[in-house]
Amino acid sequence: MNHYETVFILTPVLSDAQMKEAVEKFKTVLTNAGAAILNEENWGLRKLAYPIEKKSTGFYQLFEFTAEPEVIANLETQFRRDERILRFLTVKMEKYAIEYAEKRRKKVKSNVEA
Amino acid sequence: MAQNQSEIRFLTPQSVDTKKKKYCRFKKLGIKYIDYKDPEFLKKFLNEQGKILPRRLTGTSLKFQRQVAQAVKRARHLALLPYVTDMMK
Repeated sequence: MNHYETVFILTPVLSDAQMKEAVEKFKTVLTNAGAAILNEENWGLRKLAYPIEKKSTGFYQLFEFTAEPEVIANLETQFRRDERILRFLTVKMEKYAIEYAEKRRKKVKSNVEA
Repeated sequence: MAQNQSEIRFLTPQSVDTKKKKYCRFKKLGIKYIDYKDPEFLKKFLNEQGKILPRRLTGTSLKFQRQVAQAVKRARHLALLPYVTDMMK
């Protein structure tokens, strides 16, 4: 079970409901394949540094999970098939990345409480 | 005059005074992982056009320079950082 982190950008044309539904869809893809989602962040609507497919903003979504290596290939085909996704990036996390992510999660949690 | 002479010869855009000993900020601060999701931090390693600064200017060690370069390229892929820009960041 490796640690992975995937960030993807949804097209801004979507309504909130569609956006949530798309995020749910990928969450179920992961959970059905036996992945354990550790952390999930939605950075909301952000301005892109350069236009992608003629759009200059996008919804950023982050998933951090542990999964078997085969799951990733299936996840990526799902990303490619779905036309609401402008761009995605899946990264395998090594030791220091995992520590950093934990620290980041604690920090986010403390902000939420504070 | 000699000091002035060497000044002209370098002509590097960033005023690099030769006396300051450059150090690798990652080793000094003990940073172990460079996060590609944090564009503000990565901007310190880009010049105005958005290009990655060479090690001789930033003084980072080879190991961390590779990590910085990889993080910047991932950030560019995710449109967190521009590939090329002209305005001063």
